[in-house]
Amino acid sequence: MTQLTFARAINAGLRKSLENDSKVVLLGEDIGALGGVFRVTDGLQKDFGKHRVVDTPLAESAIVGTAVGLAYRGYRPVVEIQFDGFIYPAFDQIVSQVAKLHYRTRGAVRMPITIRVPFGGGIGSPEHHSESPEAYFTHTSGLRVVTVANPQDAYTVIQQAIACDDPVLYFEPKRRYHDKGEVDESMDPRSALPMDKARVLTDGSDVTLVAYGPLVKTALDAASAAADEGISIEVIDLRSLAPVDYEPVVASVRKTGRLVVTHEAAQSGGLGAEVAASITERCFYHLESAPVRVTGFDIPYPYSKLEMHHLPGLDRILDGVDRALGRPNSLSGLEG
Amino acid sequence: MSTDETGPGGAKTPESAKTPGEAGPDLLQLITPSGERISHPEFDFWVRDIADDQLCSLFEDMTVIRRIDVEATALQRQGELALWPPLLGQEAAQIGSGRALRADDFVFSSYRENGVAYCRGVDLTDLLRVWRGNASGGWDPYSINMATPQIIIGAQTLHATGYAMGIQNDGADAVAVTYFGDGATSEGDLNEAMVFAASFQAPVVFFCTNNHWAISEPVRLQSHIQLADRATGFGIPSLRVDGNDVLAVMAATRLALDRARRGGGPTFIEAVSYRMGPHTTADDPTRYRDANELEDWAAKDPISRLAGLLDRKGILTAELQQQVKDKADAVASEMRRGCTTMPDPQPMDIFKHVYSTPNSWLERQQDHYARYLASFGDPDGAVSKEGAR
Ligand SMILES: Cc1ncc(C[n+]2csc(CCOP(=O)(O)OP(=O)(O)O)c2C)c(N)n1
Repeated sequence: MTQLTFARAINAGLRKSLENDSKVVLLGEDIGALGGVFRVTDGLQKDFGKHRVVDTPLAESAIVGTAVGLAYRGYRPVVEIQFDGFIYPAFDQIVSQVAKLHYRTRGAVRMPITIRVPFGGGIGSPEHHSESPEAYFTHTSGLRVVTVANPQDAYTVIQQAIACDDPVLYFEPKRRYHDKGEVDESMDPRSALPMDKARVLTDGSDVTLVAYGPLVKTALDAASAAADEGISIEVIDLRSLAPVDYEPVVASVRKTGRLVVTHEAAQSGGLGAEVAASITERCFYHLESAPVRVTGFDIPYPYSKLEMHHLPGLDRILDGVDRALGRPNSLSGLEG
Repeated sequence: MSTDETGPGGAKTPESAKTPGEAGPDLLQLITPSGERISHPEFDFWVRDIADDQLCSLFEDMTVIRRIDVEATALQRQGELALWPPLLGQEAAQIGSGRALRADDFVFSSYRENGVAYCRGVDLTDLLRVWRGNASGGWDPYSINMATPQIIIGAQTLHATGYAMGIQNDGADAVAVTYFGDGATSEGDLNEAMVFAASFQAPVVFFCTNNHWAISEPVRLQSHIQLADRATGFGIPSLRVDGNDVLAVMAATRLALDRARRGGGPTFIEAVSYRMGPHTTADDPTRYRDANELEDWAAKDPISRLAGLLDRKGILTAELQQQVKDKADAVASEMRRGCTTMPDPQPMDIFKHVYSTPNSWLERQQDHYARYLASFGDPDGAVSKEGAR
């Protein structure tokens, strides 16, 4: 076991994949000498060469579009999108090509492309650097969308994503890049929990709290703060956002009778709405109260001085938990 | 001057042998790096009105924007700004072009053209709003005829082209000018903008500051031919100018503006310059850039070059230098004051301007959040970064 930051853990996972499979190639802006703006690819070009770790011209549609061609040719491209807000120039290639080629060719063509996207806010950046665009992609069939919440997962899931024959969007919670955790580098990704499975992180009996990516840590902090007040929260890290692994969530809600979902992305049309609707369908008679969403607002990501108002923090999550429990909360007395 | 003023701005043949960014005989220059004024048969025409007092004024402008840049960088280091993209080394490109524009021309720039904004008359506090994290845009674009800085690489070039198409429809003779970097030439948006501009002969000037680096990527990664030569493939005449030579930049920009005003369509200008500082205050150029390269370019510094010319002309007096320095200091301290006294935005501001008219959908979220903040008994919102109960 070693202590690694998220960024180093992903770097180690990429290194393993490059070592194990000569068909793995990395593509992206500034990923070579600079090692990426977050240094996630630090040292990889030096060790694997410019043909395996490719600094590309500044063109996102081209980066993803050429990855499609490389995949046609039997490669397993791993693409870095520098920041969440810069994925949109590549949107057409991702949703019209990457997502649909397997279906279009009746399985003849595989698109084992991994698209790494640093995402989410909380780092004090200007516009376009703090977005949570996952719902655009979970809405597109044919894509797998995953995110990680601890360095061990960051390390194994990146390898699983690269090994997967489907295209995978791998969302990296950028405000956690420097957080450290134990990583077992000898862990075989094939024997680790598959990337499309959710994981129950705490055992609780009062409320099920579903989170993913950067908010898993906040959710865990909220659970321990709630425990001090005698409230028992079961925190579930969704990990896979498409497809969602509902079984652990269903089992948990059957036990607790209450659901809170939290994410940084805007509320409307977000993944929280999907989880709340699916759980309502499957657990209607077990629910003691309506599912609660604690999310970003339906606004463009705000300027950094006010971003903490948009991002669900521990207090806002606990307020949502109080709502689910019918305890006094900020909306007490309001109807509808 | 002939009636057809296409002159050296006419279409050129690509010369693929050259490294993009390298100086060569096709590089328009009116002042040598040592400050010698060299005459040019066609381009002298475009700066024939620039007398000594105007040279001094250009010198002042360039000195002021360098001072603003240094001050803003310091403000970032002191924690007053979240980030800053320095323009150090690009003063001539920005002032030479910015001073060539007319008030009714419209600028669509990237994040680095703070010197151009200065020429447009931006309020310096407005310049810092975005970088301080207080706003998404610093000013009303119509107040200075300049869009707020674009972060998405290349996006603004399409906006300029569309604006130019509007000018054309209106039968006006204004021009849309768009600024972008060498890296931006790889983006689809710029290439599509050039297609539209050429197809419709839109009055737009594509001003590319080739500062040699797109964060860590050298210009040769973006292009195997001179950037100016790319435009010719789209049917857009181009010019390659010494971007550290304020007169050459001004001459080229004036030619391009004039062509656009007369219905001659778009022009692409490649101003060959160098980013002497980091990409932004968050960047570490020592990871990817050779120190010798920086030294070579320091010798071509745009401000000392103009100072050299003024000196040769005998007008770089101690008095002038003091006067310029005083002005730069005054502007910088005014900007600092504006920055540090800028009021913090209010929590509920995040809900403003999402739509042009209110709607119950968002109002409900806003109301809920107001109640949430009020539940702390503190109207300003006692919300911490990660929150604390
Ligand atoms: C679409 C998009 N992709 C990536 C980025 C990240 N990024 C910001 S600046 C930059 C380099 C731009 O270089 P260049 O166009 O040469 O302009 P310069 O910064 O040198 O003025 C990159 C890659 C971005 N802002 N937008």
